[in-house]
Amino acid sequence: MLDDFLVRAALAGVGTAIAAGLLGCFVVWRRMAYFGDATAHAAVLGVALALLFGTSITLGVGAVALLMAVLIHGLSGQGAAVDTMLGVLAHGALALGLVAVTLIPGQRIDLDAYLFGDVLSVTRTDLAVIWGGGAVVVATLWWHWSAMLTATLSSDLAYAAGINPRREQLVLTLLLAAVVAVAIKVVGALLITALLIIPAAAARNYASTPERMALLSMAIGALSAIAGLRLAVIFDTTVGPAIICVAASIFAVSAMGTALRRLRSA
Amino acid sequence: MSLIEAQNVDFGHGGQRVLQGVSLALNAGEIVTIVGPNGSGKSTLLRVMIGALKPQKGKVTRQDGLRIGYVPQKLHIDPTLPITVDRFLNLPQRVDPTAAKQALATAGVAGVGNRQMSQLSGGQFQRVLLARAILPKPHVLMLDEATQGLDQPGSAAFYRQIDAVRRDLGCAVLMVSHELHVVMSASDRVICLNGHICCEGTPEVVSAAPAYRELFGTGTGGALALYRHDHDHGHDHDHDHDGHHHHKAAE
Repeated sequence: MLDDFLVRAALAGVGTAIAAGLLGCFVVWRRMAYFGDATAHAAVLGVALALLFGTSITLGVGAVALLMAVLIHGLSGQGAAVDTMLGVLAHGALALGLVAVTLIPGQRIDLDAYLFGDVLSVTRTDLAVIWGGGAVVVATLWWHWSAMLTATLSSDLAYAAGINPRREQLVLTLLLAAVVAVAIKVVGALLITALLIIPAAAARNYASTPERMALLSMAIGALSAIAGLRLAVIFDTTVGPAIICVAASIFAVSAMGTALRRLRSA
Repeated sequence: MSLIEAQNVDFGHGGQRVLQGVSLALNAGEIVTIVGPNGSGKSTLLRVMIGALKPQKGKVTRQDGLRIGYVPQKLHIDPTLPITVDRFLNLPQRVDPTAAKQALATAGVAGVGNRQMSQLSGGQFQRVLLARAILPKPHVLMLDEATQGLDQPGSAAFYRQIDAVRRDLGCAVLMVSHELHVVMSASDRVICLNGHICCEGTPEVVSAAPAYRELFGTGTGGALALYRHDHDHGHDHDHDHDGHHHHKAAE
């Protein structure tokens, strides 16, 4: 079954979407969208470094995303103008990555694959990395769920209950780096934030508790991955952007449904 | 030994001293209120006590296994986060459903368990925060201007609720308030704060202290008289309202 590249692509997409859908809820609740962007853009620099040193792309991307995430985490504790710093870091890392990739001697790489994903070329090893990484993300969030949710509601409530909200934030930051490393093959560096945010946003108005929102978000992510892959094959387009298009359409339908409900109850 | 104690705490940020040499010990079962003008460090002191802020000098010691119930000044829940009252009460620890119902009733908001937090009125929201704070049967209940946004009868009822909770749980209460008249009558001990502790003692002692009068003015004869003054109005409705200046604090 895994010999079929379409089956591998579907499994890769679903695995990534589940992890991103779950983590994406926290990204939305804590307004970390820009944070996600910065970490994802740094991934391109990771690709360049991996090619330069001849290590695996996942390792390079993971290491640079991790570095970026920890850097941002440190800066956000200083009370600096985080928004501006994120902008500088995100685009600085992206530009540096793009330049570095073209400077690597003797390499002619397909940059699009890293910017927009190349899920159709996913290997069995990639699949193992994606599902392994996804499992780590889901398990960690499961383990930290209550503490993280409390810290998300209010850092003071967390402190009063003996939870260190800074530690919870650091864990989230590290998970974000892991998702970036896992997702770059599927949707590419430029669209990872979309995979985090759109399913969660679409789930928001149809959930009454954080847990239901998380489950719904994962389901919407998985559905987008499968439908996006199918549409990409039918219309012969790039898969990553197709997945995001489906997710955005689901969000649009969800938003219209909410607006209709409001109109009716008004 | 006291439940929780701040010793000689200094705290500042951005080059500004907020707290200076503040010491405060809380004993079992007592109600202590911190009063002080805006920017006097009341909330900062409370946040140092719960461990959210690390003092630059001095230290905060807690009894081992001390449970703190904390009611923040305000809590902003991001509109993207759906959460029912029941779910909120179960954070961070799962609680028994009957205990949760009981806590809501004690806090004066029975039956709102299934509502979204975002659908609650200001007063209901504060009471749900109180219900959550009392659920783990805390040894210390800390409230930071918990009646902000409530009208006067509302906040009076809120303080009666807190007194009832104190009697129920036998916990100590440490609260910050600017509503001097309510606070003065409800506390065992009042601490007047203005970066440092200006004076402390029973409500009567504090309201007579020169440092306190300097901060809150003597024009109305202090908070107790202010309260009585307010109170008089209710009985005087048949009088000409322009003429009520004869109800001066001298009365």
